[in-house]
Amino acid sequence: MSDRDFPYSIWPTGPQFLISLTNSKSLFLSFSIRYLNTFSCSGSVSQSVCMDSLGILITRPLFPYLEQQLLRRGCCLFRLYDSPEDRRIQFLRENSGSIRAVIGNTFVEVDAAMIDALPELKIVASFSVGLDMVDLQKCEERGIRVTNTPDVLTDDVADLAVGLAMAVLRRIPSADLFVRSNGWKNGDFTLTTKFSGKRVGILGLGRIGLSIAKRVESFNCPIHYHSRSIKPFSNYTYHSNPLLLASNSDILIISCSLTAQTRHIVNRAVIDALGPHGILINIGRGAHVDEAELVKALREGRIGGAGLDVFEDEPNVREELVGLDNVVLTPHVGSDTVETSREMADLVVGNLEAWVLNEPLLTPVV
Amino acid sequence: MSTATTNSIAKPQVLLLQPIFPSFESALSPKYSLLNSRESSLPLTSFLSAHAHSIKALITLDPIISIDASLLDQLPSLGLVCASSAGVNHIDLDACRQRGVAVTNAGDRFSADTADYAVGLLIDALRKVTMADRYVRNGLWPIEVNYPLGSKVGGKRVGIVGLGNIGSHVAKRLEAFGCSISYFSRSLKPNYPSYKYFSNVLELAKYCDMLVLTCALTAETRHIINRDVMSALGKDGVIINVGRGALIDEPELVRCLKEGVIGGAGLDVFVNEPEVPTELFQMENVILSDHRAVTTPESFQGVLDLVIENLDAFFAGKPLLSPVSY
Repeated sequence: MSDRDFPYSIWPTGPQFLISLTNSKSLFLSFSIRYLNTFSCSGSVSQSVCMDSLGILITRPLFPYLEQQLLRRGCCLFRLYDSPEDRRIQFLRENSGSIRAVIGNTFVEVDAAMIDALPELKIVASFSVGLDMVDLQKCEERGIRVTNTPDVLTDDVADLAVGLAMAVLRRIPSADLFVRSNGWKNGDFTLTTKFSGKRVGILGLGRIGLSIAKRVESFNCPIHYHSRSIKPFSNYTYHSNPLLLASNSDILIISCSLTAQTRHIVNRAVIDALGPHGILINIGRGAHVDEAELVKALREGRIGGAGLDVFEDEPNVREELVGLDNVVLTPHVGSDTVETSREMADLVVGNLEAWVLNEPLLTPVV
Repeated sequence: MSTATTNSIAKPQVLLLQPIFPSFESALSPKYSLLNSRESSLPLTSFLSAHAHSIKALITLDPIISIDASLLDQLPSLGLVCASSAGVNHIDLDACRQRGVAVTNAGDRFSADTADYAVGLLIDALRKVTMADRYVRNGLWPIEVNYPLGSKVGGKRVGIVGLGNIGSHVAKRLEAFGCSISYFSRSLKPNYPSYKYFSNVLELAKYCDMLVLTCALTAETRHIINRDVMSALGKDGVIINVGRGALIDEPELVRCLKEGVIGGAGLDVFVNEPEVPTELFQMENVILSDHRAVTTPESFQGVLDLVIENLDAFFAGKPLLSPVSY
């Protein structure tokens, strides 16, 4: 993969660079070494924003490119995951004087306890678009800025939603296993049902939902949706609640954000409305679905199948799901491509740099 | 065998050389008298000779039985070979043309399902869906943290080998994902000005990130994907095959995958089905499938309807609906 051009112009001008250099001798020395070693995404030598000694808490191993970008800028990374679980609050307290930023993710909460343990915390830059793992209210109270990574991952998540739907309906992983286990030589063919023309129900017609709609339209799938408001797409059929949406869908795709209102939005009633030929695709959050009910419905044949990228207790997936052949399970990889990870990383770095420079943040939510 | 019935016109006889699904049989039998060589105790030659003069049409089901010159010679009254598959490489088209025997195929009844499946395999290959499913089922998610990243679908240059019915359906779908479409075909298709045409597959492979094979298998297209083409496609390249196994030099494909000459493949067809090169079973970057692109009730019903429509047209002296040009 070739390096990509930095999407946002956040490089400081010459004078700012010189000012930061003269602040201290050691700073000058370490920075000049870094300057000489700096590579830029576009291939020409550029100046890095000096983020020297910005203490950043990392709660999960970073995408290597992101870690590299932060280290090159002189950030000081505090790796929470290196501490055993029972020592983590202590780790936070020991380093609380230095930690001014946290890189958020979809696995470890930035909750009130963590925020309380970090009095110098000023910014949470999440490597995700969903912020259900961040106590936004607490951040607002404390004046902590919060940024996410919208738009850059929209297409990837939509692609996976369609890929999962196809994999479930046409039983692609199942076919692969059938061939690899020599089943094909001994067994008969399997009938699966046509994807094109199936009614697709999208729960949440935001950026990702619209991107999914655009894709499945090319398969001549009629689009149905439920959203907080009616959208100006006359060829998409609006339904006023998830139950009605499920009753009118063959493939129900969850693409809304997780809030108190959308927790378990897909419950037993919605699952039953989707029916024995319907399939559920979840690229939102595990908590959107009453997972225990889903498992029961799958086992009892009250729903046709499911494609799940998210689960209630990641990375743990219920045993019962693993035992089913009408499900496809992926480990929360909705935006996990090389290309998108780089764009997300660039946004995280860009937001942190903007904050360091006291400039408008690129993608703030709080 | 029943002879004269109360109907003044006896049902036309249609030859079958393979077992037929009960549902196909019951759809055909109201209008057609099905003669199935498999249901006779006579050896094939005797069976054919007994019915030679009354058989005007034959239906092929699974395209593994060859309709060759020697078979055609035993059916002097034959006027139509009605294939229920999209591919007609099991039929000697030259021999049919010489004897004035028309050939029909599945037309566009399989196009949507085949195109869907090709796109499904392509997304699977880039985003590692099957591999991820295996990873989760093997309990690896809680243990390992560094699961390999996939590759974005949007922005990829897709090269379609054969821009016919199926190829154009694939193109339309992948455009919606933000892929740019190029193609190789026997001739430039003026209906698709926004797709980039290449007059040879090697140049197509050099330009593209992935190839989707949707062309018919003929003498010209056999092994159209060879080592040179795979080298040109490159180490991140992906090949999706929903055409016929022999479009690819299969042993060479295995070598190229092993050596990292190409990045991965999604294969629904193989040279000698259901035999699949076992070296592929060890590879994570390949998706293997049991020629199921069209095994859907919708495709089956669609092709059955088309077979009946073609037979109806033939026996009524009307234009055939899905004639194969030869």
